[in-house]
Amino acid sequence: MNTDFFILMKPELSITFIIFILLTLKVWDGIKENSTLIHLTNFLLFINFIIGFIGNSTGWLFNGMYHSTNLISLEKNILNFGTLIISLQAYEWIKNHKHVIEFYILLLTTLLGMQFMISSGNFLMFYLGLEIASIPLAAIVNFDLEKIKSSEAAVKMILSSAFASCIMLFGISMIYGTTGTLDFAELPKLITGGSLQIMSLIFIFSGFAFKLSAVPFHLWTADVYEGAPVPVTAYLSVISKAAMVFVFISILNPLFVNAQNVWYNMLSLTIVLTITVGNLFAIRQNNIKRFLAFSSISQVGFILLGISSGTNMGVTASIYFLIVYIFSNLGAFGVISLVSAQTKKENISDYKAFYKNNKTLSWIITISLFSLAGIPPTAGFFGKMFLVTAGASKGNYILVVIAALNMVVSLYYYLRVVKAIFVDENNEPIAKVEGSIFSKAAFVICMVGIVLTGFASVLYDYINSLM
Amino acid sequence: MTNLSILVIFPLLTTLAVLFCRNTTQIKWTALIGSLIQLVLASMLMCSYYAERGTGNTSQMLFEQRYSWYSALNIEYYIGVDGISVIMIMLTAFVVACGILISWKVETLTKEFFFLLLLLSVGAYGFFISLDLFTMFFFLELAVIPKFLLIAIWGSGKKEYSAMKLALMLMGGSALVLVGLLATYFNTNINGAHTWDLLKIAHLQIPLETQLFIFPFLFVGFGVFTALFPFHTWVPDGHSSAPTAASMFLAGISMKLGGYGCLRVATYLMPEAAQHYSWIIVLLATIAIIYGAFATLMQKDLKYINAYSSVSHCGFILLGIGMMTKTALIGAVMQMVSHGIMTALFFGAIGMIYERTHTRQIKELGGLLKTIPFLSSVFIIAGLCSLGLPGFSGFVSEMVVFMGAWQRPDAFHRIATILAAASIVVTAVYILRAAGSAIMGPIKNEHFNHLKDATWNEKLASVLLIVAILSIGLAPFWLINLISPDTQIIMENIARGAIGN
Repeated sequence: MNTDFFILMKPELSITFIIFILLTLKVWDGIKENSTLIHLTNFLLFINFIIGFIGNSTGWLFNGMYHSTNLISLEKNILNFGTLIISLQAYEWIKNHKHVIEFYILLLTTLLGMQFMISSGNFLMFYLGLEIASIPLAAIVNFDLEKIKSSEAAVKMILSSAFASCIMLFGISMIYGTTGTLDFAELPKLITGGSLQIMSLIFIFSGFAFKLSAVPFHLWTADVYEGAPVPVTAYLSVISKAAMVFVFISILNPLFVNAQNVWYNMLSLTIVLTITVGNLFAIRQNNIKRFLAFSSISQVGFILLGISSGTNMGVTASIYFLIVYIFSNLGAFGVISLVSAQTKKENISDYKAFYKNNKTLSWIITISLFSLAGIPPTAGFFGKMFLVTAGASKGNYILVVIAALNMVVSLYYYLRVVKAIFVDENNEPIAKVEGSIFSKAAFVICMVGIVLTGFASVLYDYINSLM
Repeated sequence: MTNLSILVIFPLLTTLAVLFCRNTTQIKWTALIGSLIQLVLASMLMCSYYAERGTGNTSQMLFEQRYSWYSALNIEYYIGVDGISVIMIMLTAFVVACGILISWKVETLTKEFFFLLLLLSVGAYGFFISLDLFTMFFFLELAVIPKFLLIAIWGSGKKEYSAMKLALMLMGGSALVLVGLLATYFNTNINGAHTWDLLKIAHLQIPLETQLFIFPFLFVGFGVFTALFPFHTWVPDGHSSAPTAASMFLAGISMKLGGYGCLRVATYLMPEAAQHYSWIIVLLATIAIIYGAFATLMQKDLKYINAYSSVSHCGFILLGIGMMTKTALIGAVMQMVSHGIMTALFFGAIGMIYERTHTRQIKELGGLLKTIPFLSSVFIIAGLCSLGLPGFSGFVSEMVVFMGAWQRPDAFHRIATILAAASIVVTAVYILRAAGSAIMGPIKNEHFNHLKDATWNEKLASVLLIVAILSIGLAPFWLINLISPDTQIIMENIARGAIGN
């Protein structure tokens, strides 16, 4: 036990510390006010986010089970940041809830699991982190306790994620059977592309596709997103996706570099299906959460397009896009969360003439949707461009053409929402919705992020410098 | 005016200033003053451009600025102008200023309206000065989405359908452009690095097979913007549903983004492929010209008349490019400028008349010359320019295209030229018919007797555009001299391609 331990595991330790504080508060039962608890947690999360920037270093722990690099520290900071914003936006919803502390404990446990998963240097550690992340997640999906849809969503979530974990575990066992090790450092040399290893690649890939909700493993997504409380939906679609992408990046190409042709073909097919099916289904949705669920499926397709290049350019583009995606998606979810908390309205048709009473919120959701659609001058444009550029670097232009045309399709349904907000008539438009100071702060952060991360190349260059 | 970035920064500042205005009067004046200053800036740019060329500076682009943007992907903010961009910037500045003058009466959501108009103009200015393909694409897409909102919110008729159609078709076009640009980028190799630099790519010898693959993406993609047959269908719907200023911007600026892109990006960067495919371009352009002219004959709505005639007129731009002679290219650029101004004036006149009479149906209009003589004269001038009467810009530019086209002696090009020239007769029919029954003749509606003629802002806008039309129509030499050296450079690239074959 030396100082390395504390420095390298700082993000996990800091989250664990917060969980312990919350547990103590629960046992002590001294703070009765929900709002005080929420403010305290937000403050702790903020401190946690700040700590993430201080004194990061590179190294290995526990015989290669755990490792950290500057890139991994950045990825963890991204997750911390997103969680902080979601927590700020959740204020309206959680402030009247009976179980505030439990919610945060479960939420932070999933975050802890994701961070372990990202840092894993061994398949066992990876699987451990994955399970820590998945099980509490199903519990918070069920957090609208009196809604039956919420419970239904939780059951779907836990069953499908258990199934996905099984499949992945089966794949991992085959890796162990053929190579005799689960250590990430040794595996690349030992995975040579034998048929059993290809089989294990397919299983592991399918497990990831489940978690990323890539087509054809996406069927759980829409129902779970619809049933879960809005902040949890936001968490699922942003943070849990981001964490899976980070791990996917560090497993797919680094470990299976000798089977690149195999996974490239699998991935290409998945990309085409994911983008197209996600888009086509998004067109038909009326519930705005389901709508964003399907649009997030097609966004994952674009992220996979970046990853498919197997180069540093692709990895940089994916991480950059995820940051932009956090800003854009949370901007949209923030508005939906406010409206849903105050009016219980969640259908696109309810948003008709939204502009009449809510000018600022309308622009926020519009800009966020434009960013998701990849319209300049938002950062989403740059994110999408870099992903497509990375995807084109292999010279597979069929893939690029399909992706580019799908951007047009996606524009159609994003514009449909914009049209509902600005153009359509409605006899009972949603009344003026006022957010707390925290949700306003979250909006400001998202909007500044959407505008600045695109124009300023600093962020992209920084990520690139960590490769 | 040698700092080109001001051309983008200043409209951007105007756009932001509009957001901070308190009432509609402030908004309108901010937008107007901003756009007039921009017009002055554009004129100063043209003067300094002449001055710089006068001192014997023969480098291809002037006033270049280059900053690294995303260095890992070789993306630069790289701008510069040649004669073609200078005249396109002048055109944009003219149309923007007049569009804002004509929108003086917009009452609903005024702030949003002017914000979107000005944002659109930022995209256009940026597009015309960019020399980096990525930056160019950024500005191209920036100019698309404001149009959707402008048409969907302030439009008339089946505005939602038209707005969506326009946005999706233009985005489809730019999706094709994107694929073309990416393919171009990954096929450039300068000491192992790729580049988005337009001038550097133009001097590379990209293999013919690669060019043949890339060129259709770029040309069709940009072609969608400039109503390339059969991708012209957004034009009639979009133009007729749009509010007046948006129609002016659409026809005057947006369609020129496509023409400029076809010339500067597709043809200039892929000269051999352009040679190879030029017969298809000529074929499609001829179809567009004839089809547009005959479709116009069938229209009863004034805006549809001008919209379909835009399809026909933009066909001349593509015809000029497809003919691949220097004269024809000059004609194509002149037609871009001429059509931009003429159609802006035409849409402006139709909008102003519609605002008063509340109808655009020819059979319901009549005798307007007696009650609103100024607006009627503006309408007739725009119409005469459109049908190519000597003395107006339309005649000069179409004439130059035909002269260039006639230099191709083979039967195919001759037939195309003859057919295109014959379409002018059809143009005369529909213009004269529209002017005859809508402007002349007896007053068909009692209500027309009480119409008020143009207000100061409308007069100013019309006069500005008419002056521009006449200055090209009566003295075309300054324009030809301005763009001739640059079309020469594009021609040399094409000729090099021809030798390579």
